[in-house]
Amino acid sequence: MTLTRTKYPTATDSEDQKRGPTGGTGMKLIVPLQGVVQGRGGLLLGSLIPCALFYFLQLYLKRNRSSNSPSNPSSPAGSSSNLTELQRSSSRSNLSRTGSIGRVRVSNLASSLAKPNDSPYYIGLDKVSQDSYDRLNNPNGIIQLGLSENKLCLDLIERWISENLNHSLIGNDVTLSINAIATYQPSDGMEKFKVAMSNFMSQMMRRSVNFDPSNIVLTSGATPAIEILSFCLADHGNALLVPTPYYPGFDRDVKWRTGVDLIPVHCRSTDNFTLSITAVEQAFSQARKRGVKVRGILISNPANPVGSLLSRDVLYDLLEFAREKNIHIISDEIFAGSIYGSEKFVSFAEILDPEDVDKNRVHIIYGLSKDLSLPGFRVGAIYSFNKNVLAAAKKLCRFSSVSAPTQQLVTAMLSDERFIQEYIEANQKRIRQIHDEFVARLSQLGIKCAKSSAGFYCWADMSGLIRPYSEKGELDLWDKFLNLAKINITPGSACHCIEPGWFRICFTTINLEDIPLIIERIRNVVETCKSSG
Amino acid sequence: MRVIVPLQGVVQGKVGLFWGSVIPCALFYFLQLYLKRRHRSQPPSPPPAPSPEATSPPPSPLNSSEKLHEVSVLPRTLSRILLSPRGVSGPVYVSSRANSIAKTGDSPYYVGLKKVDEDLCHEIDNPNGVIQLGLAENKLSLDLVQDWLEKNATGTILGEGNCRELNISRIAAYQPFDGLMRLKVAVAGFMSQVMEESVFFNPSQMVLTSGATPAIEILSFCLADNGNAFLVPTPHSPGFNDDLRCRTGVEIVPVPCRSTDNFNISITALDRAFNQAKKRGQKVRGIIITNPSNPVGNLLNRETLYSLLDFAREKNIHIISNEIFAGSAFGNEEFVSMAELTEAEDHDRDRIHIVYGLSKDLSVPGFRVGVIYSYNENVLAASRKLARFSSISAPTQQLLISMLSDSRFTHKFIGINKLRLQKLHNLFVAGLKQLGIECARSSGGFYCWADMSSLIRSYSEKGELELWDRLLNVAKINVTPGSSCHCIEPGWFRFCFTTLTEKDIPVVVERIRRISEAAKSHA
Repeated sequence: MTLTRTKYPTATDSEDQKRGPTGGTGMKLIVPLQGVVQGRGGLLLGSLIPCALFYFLQLYLKRNRSSNSPSNPSSPAGSSSNLTELQRSSSRSNLSRTGSIGRVRVSNLASSLAKPNDSPYYIGLDKVSQDSYDRLNNPNGIIQLGLSENKLCLDLIERWISENLNHSLIGNDVTLSINAIATYQPSDGMEKFKVAMSNFMSQMMRRSVNFDPSNIVLTSGATPAIEILSFCLADHGNALLVPTPYYPGFDRDVKWRTGVDLIPVHCRSTDNFTLSITAVEQAFSQARKRGVKVRGILISNPANPVGSLLSRDVLYDLLEFAREKNIHIISDEIFAGSIYGSEKFVSFAEILDPEDVDKNRVHIIYGLSKDLSLPGFRVGAIYSFNKNVLAAAKKLCRFSSVSAPTQQLVTAMLSDERFIQEYIEANQKRIRQIHDEFVARLSQLGIKCAKSSAGFYCWADMSGLIRPYSEKGELDLWDKFLNLAKINITPGSACHCIEPGWFRICFTTINLEDIPLIIERIRNVVETCKSSG
Repeated sequence: MRVIVPLQGVVQGKVGLFWGSVIPCALFYFLQLYLKRRHRSQPPSPPPAPSPEATSPPPSPLNSSEKLHEVSVLPRTLSRILLSPRGVSGPVYVSSRANSIAKTGDSPYYVGLKKVDEDLCHEIDNPNGVIQLGLAENKLSLDLVQDWLEKNATGTILGEGNCRELNISRIAAYQPFDGLMRLKVAVAGFMSQVMEESVFFNPSQMVLTSGATPAIEILSFCLADNGNAFLVPTPHSPGFNDDLRCRTGVEIVPVPCRSTDNFNISITALDRAFNQAKKRGQKVRGIIITNPSNPVGNLLNRETLYSLLDFAREKNIHIISNEIFAGSAFGNEEFVSMAELTEAEDHDRDRIHIVYGLSKDLSVPGFRVGVIYSYNENVLAASRKLARFSSISAPTQQLLISMLSDSRFTHKFIGINKLRLQKLHNLFVAGLKQLGIECARSSGGFYCWADMSSLIRSYSEKGELELWDRLLNVAKINVTPGSSCHCIEPGWFRFCFTTLTEKDIPVVVERIRRISEAAKSHA
């Protein structure tokens, strides 16, 4: 300040400070408000006043914008539902303020979800639902090989239910049982259901691991289980690593409502699409460079769609990686009981030392949709060692709880260990049989499948049939399958596979007798491709 | 002069006016930007932390806010110092929303429910246990549901007939996430029936969810973005706050209703709350009403509904009308659904969304069936997709299709249930009246909304909670204090009478008498 004062008289002659018409050499107009501030606290006020003005300008703009957008939503939502938006904004200008009956705004999430599906996975499913194959009624309909359902052992389930339904639902003591199905139940599942579920999980994994019922949270399907875990492990804007190719539903389950992003870790056909830690490291450090916080890695084991199992070594490497980066591991083991190969399945729960603090970072997803062929029942499970995650997940189950009659029914079914054992064996045998047959027939057509030992799919390499060798060529071929050959399969691009030309073919929705027809339909496509090429 | 204004030396002469204003502004802008970034990166991790700390849990927010897990936090921070970055095995980050979700549930409402769980009153086994008057369940007519199930359950789930394969597929295979069409038709019929056929519901405007709780959450995901707000008249149902806010990030702006109006909604209060929210910079996207209201139990009349609609139109916001108690209206007043209004107002329906469920009116909360009924195509399309996270189990759907299609059963059930509700309500209100406790006038729902302000020692929330504590621990009855319902006036309590039988009422009244006499003698 003293500096200012002393310099002030010497700066320029005082005439120049008087209002002059032009600022040619004069200083008067150089800085706004100089006239006001000169002399006294010049330095302070000279900087404060423009800043303050600027601040108020910002504030004004901000408020203006925020009060604008609810009534005139064309900017945020404009891109989403173009036709309706157009009407909205043009009609608004004609309206008086009081009678503003423009269309009311919906959230950004809703306007993006309201758009029709554009992924081939969902287009295929929609198309099948309109024109589904039936041996007698619609022999030219589309054969569904895109939905991951297992219908091979429904007869066993059916028999059990028809024998036990009355007993399991209504029970022996009638007065007690109405309270057990009609009234409020714990939203994360009844205690006895958890016990039955944990026991069933061990049985599915051949007793190689014990699951503690108190670490289980039951949800209405594996879909909400994955979403709840994403809510609990990552905040808006964080990300999870996920090896590709992956289950097409992850994009919806993880990303839609949580605001969590998925970062693909590409696996290659040269490794039979096995996860490599180097690729994981690379994806992790690239994400970090972009400023994205990676909170975990989401793996499916057995892998969907490839059907390979992760070996014990890979699991240890992953755990080591997660420890080093201090991130979570979500292991989706929903196919754990649908093993048909000779390899042994190793659950993530199995490699954890009970004393290890690292078990806090491991979370397992399970469900009855695949291994017990009951997707309609909507039963999923989160198995976690992390008390905080369990506490939060239990509360979030209010939004995704399992219906009590289903809980009773399933508890009784899962507790019937003899039935379950019989079911597992029959199921694995039947999957193996149809898998081997299907793969053999495909290979006769010159289509090779990735080596697999679990799950409901063939992951088939049709890159020889596509032209050009790109996603476009793949989608052209997919389109031919759907519209000419009338079979719905899932293109690799829907699974985010980095190599074009791979397709996921689900074989558990068909019978052995259907295979010749399907192979015939595929042959047609193969031949048209070859003759045109 | 050179130093009077910063940078004058640089800019003097040439385009002084321009640079002299731009440069300080730019500097200020960058300062703001810097502060903002610093501020933003702080909560997830301390700013200057490249590798080891970046992934560590945020110590400050945890320590301050996370009282529940204090014990686990303490060793965490300590141990980190001892570890080399190579072997970082500190506890892994849990999202901040998970931490805040895990923390909720310490309100008296949940504390009471937990206490009942541990020490539930039972006629023979535990006659001195806590009597449950806090959970919104109706057990008055469960016998009817039970009779029906005994007769029909097996056939309904698997279906009749010999085509076995088809039958198992209808429960085992994937079904549409938003509910089977046949169930939607049945539910639409049931809704019309409980509203005395005053309105027709179109099944194609319906999305079924696993309970009304996810129905409301899905709607708020669809109508509001993170940080937007809903106006909600208070008192509202306890727990509503947490349910709505925890994942959506939506805010609730309470609109206080007063005992002098029998807790009816006033448009003036709505308007005031709306304007205040706007001044705070909050964007209000809608109003959430409960009709018949929970906890008070009054019905909104046609005029109020029309003025609500006008208000919503004027502000261009949505209305979510929770009509889950529509079939439990037992008084003489007529229940008017929001859907009835839309039949006249053709052009402006897409701001109206109705929530319904079978938990209250059919007394089957365990079945987890909720309904979104909307006139807005975009909202319906989005809700159908979001229903994948909250879908209803297929066996339950099959069971309900048969149950709700049996119109003789539903007709009988609705009639008998209303009579029983009314009878028990009258008895309970009379019992409280003997003690000098008045209830708000109500004609629907499972509750008495009782004014016990004369019994509280200090006219404040603290006094109310003291009384609640005595009721729970001394008198051994679990009721819900008004503060859990965000009631603005202290001393009101919600009594749920539908878990009782007639002969329980004298016991409950006797237990309250002890407290009220102690309170009076104390005064």
